Amino acid sequence: MNFDLTEDRQMLQDSLRRFLKDKYGIEHRNEVAYTAPFHDPAKWTELTELGALFALASEEAGGMGGTGFDISVVFEELGRALNPEPVLGALMASRLLAAAGADQEALLSGTKRYAVGLGELDAPYDLSQMTTTATDGKLSGRKSIVYGGQAADAFLIAAKSGDGLAIYEVAAADASVTGYALMDGAGAAEVVLENTPGTLILDNAEAAIADAVNAGIVGLCSEAVGAMDVLHAMTVDYLKQRKQFGRPIGTFQVLQHRAVDMLTEIEQSRSIVIKAAAELGGPDAARYASMAKNLIGRAGRLVAEEAIQMHGGIAMTWEYPGSHYGKRLIMIDAQLGDTDYHLSQVMAA
Amino acid sequence: MDLNFTPEEEAFRQEVRDFFKENLPDDIRDAVRDGKELTKDIMERYHAILNKKGWLATIWPKEFGGPGWGPVERHIFEEEGARAHAPRIVPFGLSMLGPVLQKFGSKEQQDYYLPRILNGDDWWCQGYSEPGAGSDLASLKTRAVRDGDEWVINGQKTWTTLGQHADWIFCLCRTDPDVKQQEGISFILVDMSTPGVEVRPIKLIEGGHEVNEVFFTDVRVPYGNLVGEENKGWTIAKYLLTHERTGIAGVGFSMQELEEVKALAQRVMRNGKPLSQDPLFAARIAQAEIDLEAMKITNLRMLFTAQKQGAPGPETSILKIKGTVINQEFKDLRRRALGPNAAPFPGSLADTNLDVAPQGNANNAARYFNNRKTSIFGGSNEIQRNILTKTMLGL
Ligand SMILES: Cc1cc2nc3c(=O)[nH]c(=O)nc-3n(C[C@H](O)[C@H](O)[C@H](O)COP(=O)(O)OP(=O)(O)OC[C@H]3O[C@@H](n4cnc5c(N)ncnc54)[C@H](O)[C@@H]3O)c2cc1C
Repeated sequence: MNFDLTEDRQMLQDSLRRFLKDKYGIEHRNEVAYTAPFHDPAKWTELTELGALFALASEEAGGMGGTGFDISVVFEELGRALNPEPVLGALMASRLLAAAGADQEALLSGTKRYAVGLGELDAPYDLSQMTTTATDGKLSGRKSIVYGGQAADAFLIAAKSGDGLAIYEVAAADASVTGYALMDGAGAAEVVLENTPGTLILDNAEAAIADAVNAGIVGLCSEAVGAMDVLHAMTVDYLKQRKQFGRPIGTFQVLQHRAVDMLTEIEQSRSIVIKAAAELGGPDAARYASMAKNLIGRAGRLVAEEAIQMHGGIAMTWEYPGSHYGKRLIMIDAQLGDTDYHLSQVMAA
Repeated sequence: MDLNFTPEEEAFRQEVRDFFKENLPDDIRDAVRDGKELTKDIMERYHAILNKKGWLATIWPKEFGGPGWGPVERHIFEEEGARAHAPRIVPFGLSMLGPVLQKFGSKEQQDYYLPRILNGDDWWCQGYSEPGAGSDLASLKTRAVRDGDEWVINGQKTWTTLGQHADWIFCLCRTDPDVKQQEGISFILVDMSTPGVEVRPIKLIEGGHEVNEVFFTDVRVPYGNLVGEENKGWTIAKYLLTHERTGIAGVGFSMQELEEVKALAQRVMRNGKPLSQDPLFAARIAQAEIDLEAMKITNLRMLFTAQKQGAPGPETSILKIKGTVINQEFKDLRRRALGPNAAPFPGSLADTNLDVAPQGNANNAARYFNNRKTSIFGGSNEIQRNILTKTMLGL
């Protein structure tokens, strides 16, 4: 048994952490995350030059990693820095392109930005209810809240084709794309397809889509763990610093115990994500991804709400970094299936 | 025991319901329903409508221009207002300063300020909290020094809700630094247009502007702006915070939230079925509904006691704690019902013809985040528990 990071991953973690800390501080983050295009194209290039995206793909796919643990290392750092760059789309697109055996040099080197369109207005999580269709290489339908879609050069769109699902690549220029800001920073898009031309990448794509979703969940859950760590540390610091009634509020036992409850849930979160990362790509990947997403949904809410409450008014402000961590933690629950959705997946399996 | 309202009370409810139906302008109703910003204009128009009917100062006695209602009538009024999507009445002049002036103010202060509050001539805000004095309000530092027939005020207030609209602020100031904290505080009225008063906005978590910092630099106001006795402001502060606690549970608003989340769950699809048929989500709604049902009765039990005894006791802290938690749960449910469709930043899609949420729900995530304030302000839920520990448990 060994829960240490390998040397390579340790190096990746260090360089990412340093880069994000030095060049992507919270003020810069807040500025770019809420101003169109809701990320920083120049910093995106720098991030990809560090090799962050190559870590998301296996050697066969042209990358240098691609396991659950590689994904986890990258996203945990993104979470710690509350980074708004569209890495989730790159990760999921990379999994889909790998399944198709397609070249992904442009994706991994960061020169072509991808977003993945799965969810729809009436079917945000459940792919079996999808209504977007593909006939003769033309797509029709609407993909809703496509994360990173506002900055994408290309979309990988899941569509009903014959009896099953297929993945098509659609150039952003060919679709009707409306980008917007998200509550928790970064951007998304509504992608409306009306007889829009697409290139078939993968037929019978159910298994590949499931794999991309599971990988995305490992990414999101790791991001949440990183964000929870930071928010918890901020909270404990605040409990030590903030004085009321002539003493640090951290001396009130009721707050101490709640800070410990947060810690307990964060450790549980870390553990379930490690498990989900370990199972990624294997036969039980979906089950453990669902377990992780359910637990993270619950823990994220607890950590966000408790952190805000224990900070008092200050955490209600835009200026205080903790508030943005709180928002991200809450909104992560709504990506790739929420707590209830994944609970029902675990119950059914 | 009889859980029914009397026929008179039921008739009153009908009257209130009809009033809102006939008099609440559509644009105000829509703004409230859709969680849009309530502008100064909206609040002033709404107050004027209530004032015309004599229903604005719901907690003032008749002699000062109130409707002379008891706790039950006020409760009915609040419930019906929430049902009609009427705004909450801005509390600072009407439910905070008004009662204070009625009890502690001089005749002149009453004659001057009270009618102006009713008529909307002055918008008031509350200058209690300071950066270093939140839960521990008595540690406040803003200094008022007497200089002839004037006060000279220096210091900083913060979290001043809607201070950007205000003409006047009522402040707690330290007037004697050499005695026990609670004993050297005075309650002073300050015209916001006095030189030396500066208001700076604070942007909140969801992006809105409703609170401010207020800075005082050598602000000179007449000595007569003192309310009550010098150095006895703490008694007034406490009176203001505790004397009137009906409505603190926000039952009417939570009832409205329940209806809306149920309606939303019927419109939103999950797994090919309306979300209302998803057993996990349905269970969450049911649980919140059970808590709300109990809260309604707890609230009525306390109203009943208040009506008998004349004033509510410390047990109203139970209403504050449970009422805010239940309301926050409804906000959470509404946000979750939309899932990713609650994620867009408010107004982000305003210039497009695309909508990602059913009408009135586009701001659900923003509302959820903004609403976290309710368990923090007005005495945080932790402070309410401390009050209960002392008063009801004797610990
Ligand atoms: C949106 C908003 C609007 C507001 N509007 C106004 C206004 O118009 N006018 C005004 O004067 N004020 C206003 N307030 C201020 C509000 O009353 C304070 O935020 C509140 O009293 C808490 O103070 P604090 O923020 O300094 O938190 P702190 O007092 O620093 O508390 C931090 C945390 O410690 C906990 N804590 C503190 N002491 C204890 C204890 N003894 N035991 C256990 N736990 C404890 C608190 O419960 C909280 O969780 C507003 C606040 C907000 C957020």
